[in-house]
Amino acid sequence: MGKVALRMLFGDPGKYLGLVFGIAFATLLMAQQAGLFVGILGRTVSQIVDVQEADLWVMDPRVKYSDVTEPMTDTQLYRVRSVEGVAWALPFYRAMSTARSPDGILEQTLLLGVDDATLTGAPRKVLLGNIDDLRQPDAVAIDRAGFGRLWPNVPLDLGREVEINDRRVKVVAITEAGAPFTTAPVVVMRYSQALIVAQPRRSQLSYVIARAAPGHNAEDVAARIARDTGLQGLTRDGFVNKTMTYFLRNTGIPINFGITIALGFIVGAAIVGQTFFLFVVENLRQFGALKAIGVGNLAILRMVLLQAGVAAVTGYSIGIGLAAAFFEFVPRISIELRGLALPAEVAVGVAAAVLLIIAAASFASVRRVLVVDPAIVFRG
Amino acid sequence: MSFAVKCRDVIKSFESEAGLQRVLHGVDLDVPWGEMTMLVGPSGCGKTTLLSIVAGILSFDSGDVEVDGQDIAKMSDALRVAFRRRTLGFIFQQYNLLPALTAAENAAIPLVAGGMELSAAAKAAMPLLDQLGMGEHAAKLPRQLSGGQQQRVAIARALVHEPKLVVCDEPTAALDATGGRTVMEMLRAASVRADRATLVVTHDHRIFDFADRIVRMEDGRIAGIETKALETVP
Ligand SMILES: Nc1ncnc2c1ncn2[C@@H]1O[C@H](COP(=O)(O)OP(=O)(O)OP(=O)(O)O)[C@@H](O)[C@H]1O
Ligand SMILES: [Mg+2]
Repeated sequence: MGKVALRMLFGDPGKYLGLVFGIAFATLLMAQQAGLFVGILGRTVSQIVDVQEADLWVMDPRVKYSDVTEPMTDTQLYRVRSVEGVAWALPFYRAMSTARSPDGILEQTLLLGVDDATLTGAPRKVLLGNIDDLRQPDAVAIDRAGFGRLWPNVPLDLGREVEINDRRVKVVAITEAGAPFTTAPVVVMRYSQALIVAQPRRSQLSYVIARAAPGHNAEDVAARIARDTGLQGLTRDGFVNKTMTYFLRNTGIPINFGITIALGFIVGAAIVGQTFFLFVVENLRQFGALKAIGVGNLAILRMVLLQAGVAAVTGYSIGIGLAAAFFEFVPRISIELRGLALPAEVAVGVAAAVLLIIAAASFASVRRVLVVDPAIVFRG
Repeated sequence: MSFAVKCRDVIKSFESEAGLQRVLHGVDLDVPWGEMTMLVGPSGCGKTTLLSIVAGILSFDSGDVEVDGQDIAKMSDALRVAFRRRTLGFIFQQYNLLPALTAAENAAIPLVAGGMELSAAAKAAMPLLDQLGMGEHAAKLPRQLSGGQQQRVAIARALVHEPKLVVCDEPTAALDATGGRTVMEMLRAASVRADRATLVVTHDHRIFDFADRIVRMEDGRIAGIETKALETVP
């Protein structure tokens, strides 16, 4: 009877399209908003994730998230190095600073300082130039998006000069950095130079990045660092979670996105529920006739669920396709929108939400069909 | 003499605002094999109620109902569904064809319900549609057919799986006089045979002459039975 069910569904194009549209709309809205949400949340930890070499982050115990640091003394670095299970530990500087281009463009920039000797933590993806040139005096690397903000409509090139906190530095490399939350240019220099360039009040150690030695579990080492040094020792994932949680708890981001996502769910559920209910109710007599003829309740149930399922799959495919197209297209509009994508988890989550919508929509309708008395077919 | 349907002392009441309303007051009914039996009587006398009980789609308060030798009250719900699917053919006043299916596919529904694939079943329904003069309309949708043509498709649907008992409620009520007669001629020709019984509820006196036997109902009771045999044989 499956084929019969599908013919019934496609035989009512108005309702079928209404169902598909409702589900596609809900899917698109939920997936698009959830994708943006995940993308924006991900930006809060870009500069943690970009440091691929480190699996441990050590900081002042008062630090709540990655953007606002509390300076530590340089001696803390040596204490971390002496903790058992630490393969290496290096300084990492992070602060906001002001950049001024020769044309007078002012930009708040994210200034990162990496270990002088190894340059560990410097961006790995270099588009132009050589990251080793950071060892030259007054050298900086700047990310592609930041270059575009300081020198709009200029093709990427090297050797340009810029003032950071009134100190003149020279661009020796253009990198690709994970988009920061504030979309500020990401400027990287040697740690020692960063201390000079940055304001005196901030010219101290922000983070110690470290790696657990082979055979040591990062979580154990992080706990040991905390115990031995009194500092805050976190694994990379731990720091990512802490930062994301901070943004979730202390900003309007989750509520704003949550409202739109909920709206997509509710509107979708309303359209789909209404349409499917009408579809089933209008076919109630037909279902009654089928029951009289000898189609059992289980077979009827399968027919209705098949109809709901096919509408759901079609609508979801269209909606998720449109959402994917959105995320494919949007990063091309502006470099500031780079890195936004449709994560697989969002696609799966939205599928679950659609399943919920269609389950709710079928529930009321299924009840009507199952209780329909076949004896109605003999009544006028 | 064995009967396709045997009802004994069937009582049926409905819940209504005025309390329990008794509609059938102990009905005895025998429907013989090989004939077309008509159940006639004034509106509201309980014809449809009795037919629904015989067809196994309505429960009753007390009494015995046997169809093809089987006690339908004793069957489980699932068994009764399967029994209807195999043993009964249905014809409704409102045709109740599926609007999205072609005539052939509609006629094939009982075969599909029995597990046959839709297109194969539609093919299997073709000879019957031909016999009912609907061969050339087999690919049409119900809305492209006249009422009489739709009812002929419904007749094909009622017979396609070779049921032992065919039940019809007012099969001609929605048709004009000639349309009604054509449908009844077709129904008689296709349905009536030695191993099958056909039970037609109607108050359309224009078609009484198609019956082999007429059972008159009045106010929830059987009021009389006439047979052609009685009329023709002195
Ligand atoms: N589901 C029901 N609930 C309550 N009362 C019912 C129900 N079905 C039928 N009745 C009542 O039972 C009585 C007999 O109804 P039934 O439909 O069997 O009559 P009928 O002989 O078929 O009439 P008609 O020729 O008008 O179709 C009527 O009074 C009707 O109102
Ligand atoms: Mg009636």
